Amino acid sequence: MTELALTVNGVRREADVEPRMLLVDFIRDHLGLTGTKIACDTSQCGACTIHLDGQAVKSCTVFAVQADGAEVTTIEGLASNGTLHAVQEAFREKHGLQCGFCTPGMIMTTVDLLGRNADPTDDEIRYALEGNLCRCTGYENIVRAVHEAAEVTR
Amino acid sequence: MTAAVEAATTKLIGAPVRRIEDASLITGAARYLDDLKLPGMAHVAILRSQYAHARIRSIDTSRAAAHPGVIAVYTGKDFEHLPALPCAWQAAGVENLVNTPRALEIDRVTFTGAGIAAVVAEDRYAAEDALSLIDVDWEPLPVVVDVEQAIADGAPQLHENAPGNIVMDWSCGEEAGTNTALGEAEVVVRERLVNQRLIPNPMEGRGAAATYEPATGQYTVWMSSQDPHIMRLLMTAFVFGIPETKMRCIAPHVGGGFGTKIFLYHEYVLMAALAQKVGRPVKWVETRSENYTATTHGRDHVTQLEVGAKRDGTITALKAKTLANLGGVLSTIAPGIPTTLYGRMLSGAYRIPNIHCQVLGVYTNTGMVDAYRGAGRPEATYVVERAVDLVARELDLDPVEVRRRNFIPPDAFPYDPVGILRGLAYDTGDYEKPLDRALKIVDYDGFRRAQAEARQQGKYRGIGFSTYVEICGAAPSAWIGTVGEGWGASMWESANIRVHLTGQVVVTIGTQPQGQGHQTTTAQVVASELGIPIEDVTVELGDTQGTPFGYGTYASRSVAVGTVAVYNSLQKIKAKARRIAAHMLEADVEDIDFEGGKAFVKGSPESAKTIQEIAGAAALAYDLPAGEEPFLDDTTYYDPPNCTFPFGTHVAVVEVDADTGEITLERYVAVDDVGRVINPMIVDGQVHGGIAQGVAQALWEYAVYDENGQLRSGSMMDYAVPKAEFFPRLEVERTETPTDVNPLGVKGAGETGTIASTPAVVNAVMDALAPLGIRHVDMPLTPERVWRAMRDASGDRGEA
Repeated sequence: MTELALTVNGVRREADVEPRMLLVDFIRDHLGLTGTKIACDTSQCGACTIHLDGQAVKSCTVFAVQADGAEVTTIEGLASNGTLHAVQEAFREKHGLQCGFCTPGMIMTTVDLLGRNADPTDDEIRYALEGNLCRCTGYENIVRAVHEAAEVTR
Repeated sequence: MTAAVEAATTKLIGAPVRRIEDASLITGAARYLDDLKLPGMAHVAILRSQYAHARIRSIDTSRAAAHPGVIAVYTGKDFEHLPALPCAWQAAGVENLVNTPRALEIDRVTFTGAGIAAVVAEDRYAAEDALSLIDVDWEPLPVVVDVEQAIADGAPQLHENAPGNIVMDWSCGEEAGTNTALGEAEVVVRERLVNQRLIPNPMEGRGAAATYEPATGQYTVWMSSQDPHIMRLLMTAFVFGIPETKMRCIAPHVGGGFGTKIFLYHEYVLMAALAQKVGRPVKWVETRSENYTATTHGRDHVTQLEVGAKRDGTITALKAKTLANLGGVLSTIAPGIPTTLYGRMLSGAYRIPNIHCQVLGVYTNTGMVDAYRGAGRPEATYVVERAVDLVARELDLDPVEVRRRNFIPPDAFPYDPVGILRGLAYDTGDYEKPLDRALKIVDYDGFRRAQAEARQQGKYRGIGFSTYVEICGAAPSAWIGTVGEGWGASMWESANIRVHLTGQVVVTIGTQPQGQGHQTTTAQVVASELGIPIEDVTVELGDTQGTPFGYGTYASRSVAVGTVAVYNSLQKIKAKARRIAAHMLEADVEDIDFEGGKAFVKGSPESAKTIQEIAGAAALAYDLPAGEEPFLDDTTYYDPPNCTFPFGTHVAVVEVDADTGEITLERYVAVDDVGRVINPMIVDGQVHGGIAQGVAQALWEYAVYDENGQLRSGSMMDYAVPKAEFFPRLEVERTETPTDVNPLGVKGAGETGTIASTPAVVNAVMDALAPLGIRHVDMPLTPERVWRAMRDASGDRGEA
């Protein structure tokens, strides 16, 4: 077992974990933050996307111990004081989700994208989302939601 | 009523109301199956066959059982007392030679992925570790994966009761008449069409958890399901042999289904049985690898098509002989999909006087095949829409004109397609309307001019159409009962509506969404009919305890059957409200109007009693009309008199790279007619997602087994689930032709996109390649396949 200390959604967490434990399992099973999803097991789908030190990463491809000392943000940490993040609002407003299973990852990736590019084109959005799969929406309304979030945020 | 109330309520039907469901989904608060944590819960991992066809000589679980953290290990022999799973929808009117999965297989497997042992452990890591410590002594057997080889002489035989690997030999239509018409036709076009196997890929895989209470003999089973009531019925009546009251089935949030979560799988039975054996709650959540091998696949037809026509393009006969690959064992409704939902829809949107279809269901050493979004209708639409284009090509006619020539005209409804629907008839239709609109959007004439110019420059651009019709809203129970076309049960839906004494409304329904937004759509209808704020409506579903029986969500039936049950129930609620209001207002009930959330004496809206006041009076029951029961409550069951038949036109515009065969989807236009629309935002979303899946079949997706029955496309690394960058903007519009089947005028919108889009794209690519004389290439139209076809057509055998 290996000791681990990190900050998740602004709260300091300490744990003793198996070195092989995936960060996504730590977040879901040990911290009970089940908004982060597991869907593909092979790092294709992005349902497990979180922010690690401010950058979007697939938490199924990171060992929990690699996050020692890091700042982690999950979907549960995105809204502040009961106010939804602009990207969350935009996904609802543009019907950018159906079953919702890919949605936490999509939202976390979108927040990362808009942090780097405040006014992305259609092509830039579609390229940025290439690591996040959705089976419900055909991506049409997800792309619209990202535009909406960009517009509201600017 | 006042204009303000009217504006706030009646406009709800047809309005793009933002979804009630979303608040929990966008914040990570929604609970799916894998998010369930029960006190004392143990975790299950399942050992699956790595052989496609093999005998199990013995299984030694001792090393696995000794692994730290392992509670117990079980094999098929531990569940020998449980019968194999039921095949609940067999092909109607013919013998079905049924073989289905068991809780765990005992002595033989017929596909890779069959479950043969289960490890129960303290955590999932330990359970997965122990799987590799189970020793199985296998005797591999000869394998056949190809459907045409499986029915050939000398092929490996999968099941003793199914000689030649035939599940069933089913047909519909008039064979002799169709043969005569083909013999007399001025032109006959023949083609072999492969509708390849697809892996549905809901983003959330399957899973199940269970508890058992020895004191009461009560099971509770949670599962990611499209139809918890059916799951309980099948498990209690056909597997465990217990009263249905001894089992409660719960579907939490479901992360997509697309058909795969309709069925009863061995793991659900296994979890209930394990909860009893282990004496602790248990949970199993499939890996994506398991989802690929052990969850159902879709499509997988090989069809020999013959179409007869006159020289003017009038189609005179259509004959299809289809081999439907159903896998190594049968899933719950596998034989029903390529028969009732395929053969019976082969008239498409056209008046075809002679139709015959024969379907052979075939066992092969591959994963189970069952309903996948569209379920039979995409396969039928592919055959019909390709047939029309092949006729147009043969006769050098415009495919749009051939469609118009053969369309069922608006005055021909209700239309009985020469008896192949066995008594059902297309309800309403106006097929030219969406076609005309779509042609305008794509500027058809302009495109043909641009295409001609592009061809001058050696560019291959094409346009393709799919003017489909499909069947939704399953189904009239009497029809099912007389011809055996379905579950072997009825297919009505139910609704219970309670108006609490505060005026808050709770609606329970028996359908089960997987992302379709049933709560929002239902609440819109309730709020609109009762004239109350949508926030005052709570929709409950997904739990057999506390909701009336319902058959679940598939075949685009939830609105066309389920929401109609809600609507009818609301009429009874309003009738009771009027009776109570009449008593309160000391008036005759005939003189009471109910509108905008208020009951009032005709012409005197100032005397109104609000629905909240009436509900309060009904609940208190201090002073009710003589003989009136307390409480504003109703339970309604709705059995539709007919199915519904949405239609429309989809158009794809493509360019094929002359050097690489790569296809660019330049535009995609859809004009659907799904009847009356309750929430256009949700319907648009359904159409978008459906188009993506259908386009993906045409261009990218393909489940590939090697000759040993190993799934080569066994993960998202190897199987082409499309990405955002694969698609252009989708241009979606509608016409609105209400159905006369139900009072809401709704038809169903969950599958039109998938059903329509696949042939539109293939037709577009074949149109692009027409100058090369290429008339057909089987899907998926990968650059390699298209490049090979172009090379062969050009006679250039050199390396490109």
